[in-house]
Amino acid sequence: MKRHDLLPDISKPGRIGCTLPGLDVPPSELPPKDLLRQELDMPEVSEVDLVRYFTALSKLNYGVDSGFYPLGSCTMKYNPKWHEDVARLPGFTGLHPYQSEESIQGALELMHRLQEYLAEVTGMDATSLVPVAGAHGEMAGLLMVRAYHEDRGDSKRHKILLTDSSHGTNPASAAMCGMETGVVASDENGDLDLRSLDSMMDEEVAALTLTMPSTLGLFDPKIAEIAKLVHDRGGLLGGDGANLNALLGKAKFGDLGFDYVQLNLHKTFSTPHGGGGPGSGPVCARENLVDFMPTPLVAEDNGRYRLISPAKTIGRIATFYGNFSVMVKAYAYARSLGVEGLKRISEDAVLNANYLKEKLKEYYHLPYDRTCMHEVVFSGKKQKARGVSTLDIAKRLLDYGLHPPTVYFPLIVSEALMTEPTETESKETLDEYIAAMKEIARDAEENPEVLHSAPRNTPVRRLDDARAFRQLDLRWEMKGRND
Amino acid sequence: MPLPYLPNTEADRKAMLRDIGVDSVDELFRDIPEEFRNPEFSLPPALSELELKKEFGRMADSNASLDGYYACFLGAGSYRHFIPSVIDHIIGRSEFYTAYTPYQAEVSQGTLQSVYEYQSLISELTGMEVSNAGMYDGSTSTAEAALMACAITNRNKVAVVPGVNPTYREVLDTYCRGRSLPLVTVESDSGDLPADCACLIVQQPNFFGHFEPLESYVQKAHDAGTLVIAIVDPISLGMYKPPGEYGVDIVVGEGQPLGIPMSLGGPYLGLFACRKEYVRRMPGRIIGKTVDVDGNPGYVMTLVTREQYIRRERATSNICTSESLMALAAAVYLAALGKTGLRQVAELCYHKAHYAAAAIEKLKGYSLAFPQPFFKEFAVRCPIPPSRINEALLEDKIVGGLDISHMVDNAMLLCVTEVNTKQEIDSLVKRLGEF
Repeated sequence: MKRHDLLPDISKPGRIGCTLPGLDVPPSELPPKDLLRQELDMPEVSEVDLVRYFTALSKLNYGVDSGFYPLGSCTMKYNPKWHEDVARLPGFTGLHPYQSEESIQGALELMHRLQEYLAEVTGMDATSLVPVAGAHGEMAGLLMVRAYHEDRGDSKRHKILLTDSSHGTNPASAAMCGMETGVVASDENGDLDLRSLDSMMDEEVAALTLTMPSTLGLFDPKIAEIAKLVHDRGGLLGGDGANLNALLGKAKFGDLGFDYVQLNLHKTFSTPHGGGGPGSGPVCARENLVDFMPTPLVAEDNGRYRLISPAKTIGRIATFYGNFSVMVKAYAYARSLGVEGLKRISEDAVLNANYLKEKLKEYYHLPYDRTCMHEVVFSGKKQKARGVSTLDIAKRLLDYGLHPPTVYFPLIVSEALMTEPTETESKETLDEYIAAMKEIARDAEENPEVLHSAPRNTPVRRLDDARAFRQLDLRWEMKGRND
Repeated sequence: MPLPYLPNTEADRKAMLRDIGVDSVDELFRDIPEEFRNPEFSLPPALSELELKKEFGRMADSNASLDGYYACFLGAGSYRHFIPSVIDHIIGRSEFYTAYTPYQAEVSQGTLQSVYEYQSLISELTGMEVSNAGMYDGSTSTAEAALMACAITNRNKVAVVPGVNPTYREVLDTYCRGRSLPLVTVESDSGDLPADCACLIVQQPNFFGHFEPLESYVQKAHDAGTLVIAIVDPISLGMYKPPGEYGVDIVVGEGQPLGIPMSLGGPYLGLFACRKEYVRRMPGRIIGKTVDVDGNPGYVMTLVTREQYIRRERATSNICTSESLMALAAAVYLAALGKTGLRQVAELCYHKAHYAAAAIEKLKGYSLAFPQPFFKEFAVRCPIPPSRINEALLEDKIVGGLDISHMVDNAMLLCVTEVNTKQEIDSLVKRLGEF
């Protein structure tokens, strides 16, 4: 097997990767020929080759188990191993979603407890576990907002305000719900500009959605004023809970004036990110929005659990009840913590980020020089002035065996390096990263070529995105190769 | 109890606070107004791994797991198929499952190349030109396909035929209401389509398990400038003509049957494939092959200008985190079964389902609800309400079919797969005969 082989290259007629039982019933007549397919051009691969092929591929990947992964706003914390084991119990994986409620009481109990747990942590009244990803939860929240206003006969409110530092999913989710977006500016401290909000907050605005702390890693001290202004003008305050890790055990979204918040269990509650999912994006809401939540919720009566539909639900947003096995892992995490553990997480996450900030601010421009929360956003503009881009810095970090931060986001910071260490990293790991970043800053001054040509120690080097776009090659074709 | 996931010691914390220049960690939270800081929490106390494994074991054991001693004849969108162990061992490699979206392609070739394999396998299976990297599940794929069709045709009406899974129809309704798109039902046997539909959504085989006249739908729709979206069962494509050969424009479906456990409904995988001419309107991630600066082959996320993190409110969808690990599972499944295994699984389902249907049809008081050819699911009219039958079956550790008596009088929708043995089917038939 060669390095760049693909499945068709290791396929040979007659091979197979598993065994199947023989037919134990008398065969029936096959369907009419015009319904049948003539050819099934799929690879034929032996089990051993299959395992070696994918094992080789896995070694080209970098995960949290490989090392430091400070991808800002993604909360790449360590994923405890025993969670994987309990999520794979046959009593959880072997459940059909349409089994009778009587036969899935344990699963519903777990979901109900997780609903209650997340509502308490966020200071909300109810939780829907149905959304399967953060953006899916955002969409659910916005549909609830829309339904809430329509239910009150307030049909003018078709606009969603968001900030110029918001995640790209925020405006995209608004568009999915047929709503217009307005962008509220940030002030010189990186907080929301109240005057800008004041001028935009009219009777067409359904809600303001805020990430708290913001994608700049900053907590806006004016949150109460913001909430009051929005509510006084008839709007709702929605939360993007991507950065909940900073607030665990420290503050509740409900207390801060949010009407709903969407969480990311694959971030805050340590379920693995899977190379881009599965996630879980529950939405927690205050009483005023509970009736509109997506269906179904799990309800409890005297120790019996059942699925119910909220009175004025926005409807169904996924086929079944959400990503159940992700919920199992998140609940395993939740139950390991207690209140003290919850606080320790946010404290260490915030401590780690501030430590990076202090140690590196001399070397990299810090656009907002104030206490940060769980992440810190640097700008590579000093280096850029010397012809070294943030992309060069990121690629050079790969040579050190470190994953780079999120780059070029948030959009309001030029050459942004959005760095989220998380609480699961030790001081030694942070010091290693700091040393690498200092060397890179020095190389940017003295030896920029090493940055322009990075990475050199990775399975492949910089890839030609423009060619991928121009000469689209999105698949192999099996035809002719199996003969 | 100290947490094993928090490596900093008290000494580390003190040293770091000193370097930051604050006395206590509380000072780092001072931007949170005092009135909101450190509220009371009412949460269960922390427990150890040992205690929690017992607790989770208790909750798992109190469910009737269909991986165990139960015979299962439920389908309707979630299916019990055989899952070779090789899949879990591959997706259980932490290099795959602890990585995130492959933003840094140089250290993500494992994920990227796997998705390229997935896209290729799904394209081959469906007979379509291109596939994306996967969506949330079958119903959201369907809804996103409808939105995509509206963008392509510049029309806003979405048509479905009655045979579409009612749950998918509900999800479609939620998504369409969001965008204020009218959703209309087109009767199967009526003549023409309304003139201004963006798309016609057909399920093949349909919710009741049988085959729709897809060829004539495609003809009618294309005559009206309407795109055709086909919802497919990927297992059926091991033996049936793929939608690509019918001229379908977008193919969606539930990827769960491809090596993913039922897990009470998630995580699943939304299949999404289409004609190449529409690829720039596709939602979700797409991986392309290219070369690096040394000319070596490599893979990257491509056509990213469709995506929310570049295009924001003008993106083709809001999807970001999807079901990448499930797409890997599906790719391994398709490769493990391969050309012969996929056909064998499909044929096992076919023959066992038809064996069961033929036996049930002979029972007094039972009849097949539809005369059309079917694959692995079929609707049966029962002599008494199916809910009562199912209750009794459960006592014998048999999970009966889905009660669809609100759609067809006293009917249940049964599903038979390669996992069901002759003995299980015979027991089911015997018990049904006793009502």
